[in-house]
Amino acid sequence: MNAIYILWLRQIKRYFRSKSRLVGSLGQPLLFLLALSFGFGPIFQKAGIGNYLEFLAPGIIAMGILFTALFSGIEIIWDKQFGFLKETLVAPVTRIKIMIGRTLGGATIATVQGIIVLLIASLIGFKFEMIGVIPSLAFMFLIALIFTALGTAIASMLEDMQGFQLIMNFLVMPIFFLSGAIFPLGDLPESISIITSSNPLSYGVDGLRGVLINSSHFGISLDLLVLIVTSGILLLIGGYLFSRIEI
Amino acid sequence: MKDAIVQVTGLVKKFGEIEAVRGIDFSVEHGSIFAFLGPNGAGKTTTIKILTTLLKPTSGKILVNGFDPLTHQNDVRRSFGIVFQDPSLDDELTAYENMEFHGVLYNIPQKLRKNRIEELLKFTELWERRNDLVKNFSGGMRRRLEIARGLLHHPKILFLDEPTLGLDPQTRNHIWEYIRNLNTKENITVFFTTHYIAEAEQSAKQVAIIDHGQIITRGTPEEIKRQAKTSSLEEAFISLTGKEIREETMGTKELFRNSHKMWRRS
Ligand SMILES: Nc1ncnc2c1ncn2[C@@H]1O[C@H](COP(=O)(O)OP(=O)(O)OP(=O)(O)O)[C@@H](O)[C@H]1O
Ligand SMILES: [Mg+2]
Repeated sequence: MNAIYILWLRQIKRYFRSKSRLVGSLGQPLLFLLALSFGFGPIFQKAGIGNYLEFLAPGIIAMGILFTALFSGIEIIWDKQFGFLKETLVAPVTRIKIMIGRTLGGATIATVQGIIVLLIASLIGFKFEMIGVIPSLAFMFLIALIFTALGTAIASMLEDMQGFQLIMNFLVMPIFFLSGAIFPLGDLPESISIITSSNPLSYGVDGLRGVLINSSHFGISLDLLVLIVTSGILLLIGGYLFSRIEI
Repeated sequence: MKDAIVQVTGLVKKFGEIEAVRGIDFSVEHGSIFAFLGPNGAGKTTTIKILTTLLKPTSGKILVNGFDPLTHQNDVRRSFGIVFQDPSLDDELTAYENMEFHGVLYNIPQKLRKNRIEELLKFTELWERRNDLVKNFSGGMRRRLEIARGLLHHPKILFLDEPTLGLDPQTRNHIWEYIRNLNTKENITVFFTTHYIAEAEQSAKQVAIIDHGQIITRGTPEEIKRQAKTSSLEEAFISLTGKEIREETMGTKELFRNSHKMWRRS
């Protein structure tokens, strides 16, 4: 328990100390919120679908979480290259505990990121159900857990940063764009619809919309179920791959 | 050997084509100070990584404190402490936080942890700088912190891979005194490598010399000097391993780390 806590604490300290990372990770969601909502808002309105900012904000919250969570996977490669990983890997603590501590740390940071995006969105006019805030935290944390575990799994298999960049580009962007974060999931062509409904982020975005603006495509219980099962599976895979690291 | 804390038989480690360790046998007596010497690239670090569960051997049998690192990883990990040859600190944490992290991970009770951290940081003259981030430390300060951290929990066996690398002679003596003291007072076995052969001559009770992945000789410093017919261990080392200079192969990791270092310092 102590070991998990100290590993968690380390992630938190590193995050809040790295000012550039804090600022950098806010810039992107803010840009997306502003550009997309001012850009597409009027069209959305004309099409009679409603307020685009309301629709978009949960998607951008999910995006902020996705990026931050996967990025905390990078930290394993970073620690491998700068040598600190050795220090944790020889400690008399099971690798599973180490992985859990790190993953919880990464997921906490990503959730904080989501909360910050929610605040920013509300500052620029996003109106949401107050009562949905608490359940939205649960959805944020599940999204964070899934993608931190995914980042851990990927980073455990890689030696250096280059491979990671490649996978991030071919993974993060598709996951984000094909999740319904920026467009509605109804009325999509069959092929796209298959992809979006097998993307775990779709359920995260949908769950956030469900609790924050009372509009859900899959239904909140299905969202929750898919997220919980996926995070369980990814934690197992991530834990397994992490426990096999050699340096 | 009956009272061996490390027992290695027929150990082989291959990295693809490279055979870094080619079937070595040796043992380390309980409570002794054991020097593992050899030129660059001989296979010392690789052997230590296998003994400390960081790498899996290609073949061979190993026991550390009676446990097999392949099947009883956590029992082995509970038995040793280590100071790595390569950097292993968290730059974004302070010196104190690095120590605290280690202490919690090794489950040292809070009061003892606090006292030992203070003692060791004072001993390595880092106490005044305990709340500075490690990224602002000099090379020697980092090394001292790594040693302080390695000594924080008192294991059965302490692996020191070139512990005094980059330290000035005063600090080296100072640290060796502390290590010898730990060895006699707490009966901690010390397994170390170094390129300062005089350190081995001064402190080691047993020496093994490895070259090109094979053990070429073992014994007390006296036995090895007698065998090589030299007056110092350093001369014996050179006469046994030859005068050729070993190519120091730098992996991508080292290159990366070095470029990082340059970038940090500039
Ligand atoms: N991960 C790796 N992949 C490929 N080759 C490796 C790897 N690690 C070590 N080697 C090779 O194994 C050999 C032994 O390396 P090792 O680091 O054990 O030497 P060493 O005795 O510790 O040398 P030094 O005194 O320079 O630290 C070298 O030829 C090295 O290039
Ligand atoms: Mg070495």
